[in-house]
Amino acid sequence: MNLHEYQAKEILARYGVPVPPGKVAYTPDEAKRIAEELGKRVVIKAQVHVGGRGKAGGVKLADTPQEAYEKAQAILGMNIKGLTVKKVLVAEAVDIAKEYYAGLILDRSQKKVVLMLSKEGGVDIEEVAAERPEAIHKFWIDPHKGFRAFEAREMVKRAGLEGHLNKLAQVLVALWRAYEGVDASIAEINPLVVTTEGQVVAADAKIVLDDNALFRHPDLAELREIEAEHPLEVEASNYGFAYVKLQGNIGVIGNGAGLVMYTLDLVNRVGGRPANFLDIGGGAKAEVVYNALKVVLKDPEVKGVFINIFGGITRADEVAKGVIRALEEGLLSKPVVMRVAGTAEEEAKRLLEGKPIYMYPTSMEAAKAIVAMVGGAA
Amino acid sequence: MILIHRETRVLVQGITGREGQFHTQQMLDYGTRVVAGVTPGKGGTEVLGLPVYDTVREAVAQHPVDASIIFVPAPAAADAALEAAHAGIPLIVLITEGIPTLDMVKAVAEIKALGSRLIGGNCPGIISAEESKIGIMPGHVFKRGKVGLISRSGTLTYEAAAALSQAGLGTTTTVGIGGDPVIGTTFKDLLPLFNEDPETEAVVLIGEIGGSDEEEAAAWIRENMKKPVVGFIGGRSAPKGKRMGHAGAIIMGNVGTPESKLKAFAEAGIPVADTIDEIVELVKKALG
Repeated sequence: MNLHEYQAKEILARYGVPVPPGKVAYTPDEAKRIAEELGKRVVIKAQVHVGGRGKAGGVKLADTPQEAYEKAQAILGMNIKGLTVKKVLVAEAVDIAKEYYAGLILDRSQKKVVLMLSKEGGVDIEEVAAERPEAIHKFWIDPHKGFRAFEAREMVKRAGLEGHLNKLAQVLVALWRAYEGVDASIAEINPLVVTTEGQVVAADAKIVLDDNALFRHPDLAELREIEAEHPLEVEASNYGFAYVKLQGNIGVIGNGAGLVMYTLDLVNRVGGRPANFLDIGGGAKAEVVYNALKVVLKDPEVKGVFINIFGGITRADEVAKGVIRALEEGLLSKPVVMRVAGTAEEEAKRLLEGKPIYMYPTSMEAAKAIVAMVGGAA
Repeated sequence: MILIHRETRVLVQGITGREGQFHTQQMLDYGTRVVAGVTPGKGGTEVLGLPVYDTVREAVAQHPVDASIIFVPAPAAADAALEAAHAGIPLIVLITEGIPTLDMVKAVAEIKALGSRLIGGNCPGIISAEESKIGIMPGHVFKRGKVGLISRSGTLTYEAAAALSQAGLGTTTTVGIGGDPVIGTTFKDLLPLFNEDPETEAVVLIGEIGGSDEEEAAAWIRENMKKPVVGFIGGRSAPKGKRMGHAGAIIMGNVGTPESKLKAFAEAGIPVADTIDEIVELVKKALG
């Protein structure tokens, strides 16, 4: 789960990372009031879950409260990469002497969390990583020992960061404590600023939480913004499906993430465009399949559905029963192609015999059929 | 065969739960030697005629155990795996999906230090065809044969095994390594075992987007593998930054792309199947 910058900064501050004072505003009036309270030059920053806000015009400086009002007015309601800005962070502007990068992320290959530290902050770190990997210094954190102050000081020296050594090292240790404390999968300060007065502050921050660990952070789980998610993804998650909205017009339902991914690949290969990823999981009963069809067919883009089932623990006849229920309730307004194999395959085929469902013996033939029915990529 | 065979004695952690009980029955039906179960608080009871203990230590004191399979809910799953490792069980199969990643980071390091092998989490387990199943896969689709199978996916593996079995090639051992970002055992950890297994003549590696396990496997294969390997990559059409069902199936920045994996396979001379049926054709071709 992605957090907004202001939420990430609240978490970091709790763990001892200095952040510029600031508050969230939902209206230009609120922005003005916050600027008055701060009594200094402020920066107004769009709070949306996308990168590149600055380039899109979503970050502006304001010298006076009136200017804060105007800049907030310009940013609120702005569309950044398809998302509408509903709130802005109004924070004290910092006088930058140095801009660094500090980030923690899971290194899957080392099976450890890695600290990345660079003198080249304030820019897209992925670009730095691609162009000058030597500019990024890495330290793999021992999961049981954690990240200690002396290791942090050594890292600051190794990466060549200039400024107050202890302050910089304290920020790095606090960043690790925050990462571990909230079960993050990414925690990043970019830029980590050394001000002209020699203070070290997190001028921008990003935290992505591990969804699997939200059960132990109920306060953070509440930060989920359902209105920012696709309504069908919300509905599917209420049913317990793994569902991902895609850009095409062929609804895809299958059992098992690997099989569904493969089905999407096949549809693409034969020139079609999948509308979604939907995994009904293992051992699904008729009800689950019925609900899956309901969700997929609610998408107005969907012109046809491809159900791909390999019965293992999941019984193909249960899947067939779910499809038949949807059929009998008049839910299947669009063509449905199916391929079933594995456990209870024969029973499923018997149940579906004579029904207006297009059955194919292989995934490839079914993929070709549905693409022919709904039309392929434009 | 690798890892397990018909004599392997198995403990089930979380045996009294719905999933645990169902799959214990399935394993017993398959012929797996399940010897006991553990559920904290249910010690002294019986499930499916098997004794249930409160702790793994108590279970192993009464029964020699070669492997444990874990059906414990996600919040307690990593702890259960650590319990098995501390009790000295050499092979631990973690089925549970949805375990916090930092729990796995800690557990994987500790279990390795204790000298146990962890398979999973979020995996379908291990099956040595017609010998033993320590997992949740439908046993009947795995016919005994000559192909070793390693996969990050469940259903797709069953599909590949069924296709190999129908084609008369069959499987030796199949290992579902799991779909999470941090798993106990990766492709490159298992390849040496298949390399040395006299029964296995070829290996099929079913990868998917996310991480770099396929690239590391390809590098190992290029240097060391004596047997033909056929590859497959799922999620080739997936958009960047979207998690495709498996927690680990996500392209982050430039890491985990299908292009990188296909390139690594190509450089190692590993033929890549575009469809499940093509896996069979490529294995046949490789075996001559």
